[in-house]
This record gives sequence, structure tokens and C-alpha cells, in this order.
Amino acid sequence: MSISIREGWTVVHGMLFGAAFLLAFAGGLAGLYSLRPEWVTVEGIKERMFRLKAGLWGMALIAWATVISGTYIVYPWYRAKDPTSPRSILLADPSTAAWHTLGMEWKEHVGWLAPIAATVVAFAVTYYGPTLSKKLGERRALLAFYMISFIAAATAGVFGAFINKVAPIR
Amino acid sequence: MATPTINQAEELPNGPIAAALVAGGIGSAVIGLMTVLNEASPAISNTLKWVGPVGPLSGKTGVGVIVFFVSWIVLHVIYRGKNVDFARFATIALILLGLGLLGTFPPFFDLFAAG
Repeated sequence: MSISIREGWTVVHGMLFGAAFLLAFAGGLAGLYSLRPEWVTVEGIKERMFRLKAGLWGMALIAWATVISGTYIVYPWYRAKDPTSPRSILLADPSTAAWHTLGMEWKEHVGWLAPIAATVVAFAVTYYGPTLSKKLGERRALLAFYMISFIAAATAGVFGAFINKVAPIR
Repeated sequence: MATPTINQAEELPNGPIAAALVAGGIGSAVIGLMTVLNEASPAISNTLKWVGPVGPLSGKTGVGVIVFFVSWIVLHVIYRGKNVDFARFATIALILLGLGLLGTFPPFFDLFAAG
């Protein structure tokens, strides 16, 4: 049982960082969505605030780690000029070229929107604290940012998983 | 940052949050814009190759991230301690974020491909 350095970094980028962000999303969504005074007591909101702040900052950090490791460690192996690189393999066959021209080209760009949006949400929740529960407009805007952060990360993650299946980094 | 009580809700100005949202939108839109410009101009594409093995992706995203943090600092300084028309700022932020999503979508930025 062995794994190469490159395969290991691919796992760290996608299965540890990327998957952790996507898994944490549900918890953050539930926390943000239910942060309303008519649903939760004052004590209840205060109790869950630390968990929500820690979770959102954790997600933001993981999102940055995902895009930085993906772009600066894994991506150079993917796009190497030699004919055995995943990019070369995908483009050599018209039936697989779209995995690069659509999938990888989309993934490598849109993924960077996730940490930006997640950082903004984490900052806003930290700034307002429990008072966010009384700010309907702000909460809705933050939920929209949070959802877009997830959609960007999920797009990158799903294409990453499929591309690594069709043309894995060795 | 001390955690405020719920009763302080009306006392916290919304300027810093509006600034953060708009900065996030600006950073995202700039990544989209850089992606389009990279396709449209080989000269710009060359200048975006900040890190050799990564190619122009390093510059496209690097410019966007730098603009995000710089615009956040500038807007925060401008709007800290102030209340703004939050709905207007949030709408602008979401439009910019949408432009970022559009600019990073291959069928869109391929429309601008040079030659």
C-alpha cells in the first residue's frame, strides 16, 4: 500500500481541505439561517455564537488552504507540458477534452471566489455577534454570500473529483 | 473584538459590513475581469504569469485577492463608524459577485479569446 507525493497532495487538497469545507457548510448554514430572535432565546443565540464564529473562520481558512494548495502545488503537475500530464491526456482525446476546456478551466478560476466570500461572512458574523439576529437585511445578504461561496467550492470540488478520476495526477 | 449584547443591535453601525461585502464583490469581479482579459490579450496573459509553473492563473487570482484586501481596507476606513443604505451596498456587492461568477465561466470568457 503506497501513495506518491503528488497523489498525497491531491488527497490533501481535495479530500481533506476541500471536502472539509463542503461538509462544514451544512452546519454553518443551519447556524446562520436559524439566527433569528423569534426562533431562539437570547441565551440560545449567545450560546451558539462562539461555535458559529469558530466554524465560519475555520471554513474561511480551509477555503484559502484549498485554493492555495490547489493552485500552487497540484495545478503545476496537472498542466505540465509533457504528454503524460493530465491536461495533455485530456486534450489529446476529443471525447475527454471538455474535462479540461470546461471542467478544469472553470474549477481553477471559480474556486477562488469561495475563500473571498467565506472570509467576508466570517468577519460580519464576528463583527455583529448576537446582534446579527436582529439584522434581517444583513443576515440575508450574508446568507447569499455564504451560498455563493458554497456553490463556487462545490463546482470546483465536483469537477476536481471527476477530472482526477478521468486523468489522475500520478 | 468584544462580543456585543443583543440590546446593542441598533448601536453597531453597518458601514464595516457593507464595506466588507462590497470588497468581496470587487475582488470576485476583478478575478472574473482578469480571466476575460487573459483570454483577450496575449500581452496581458504574459504579464499575469507571476509564477512560472502556475502560469497566468497566478496573476489572475493574485490581482483579485490583492484588490479584495486593499479595497476592503480602504472601504473599511471610509465607512467605519457610519450607517449606510445597506440594501444598496448589498445589491452592488451581489452584482459584483455575480460578475465574478460570469467572468470565470469558460463559455463566457472564451467569447473573448484572441485569434
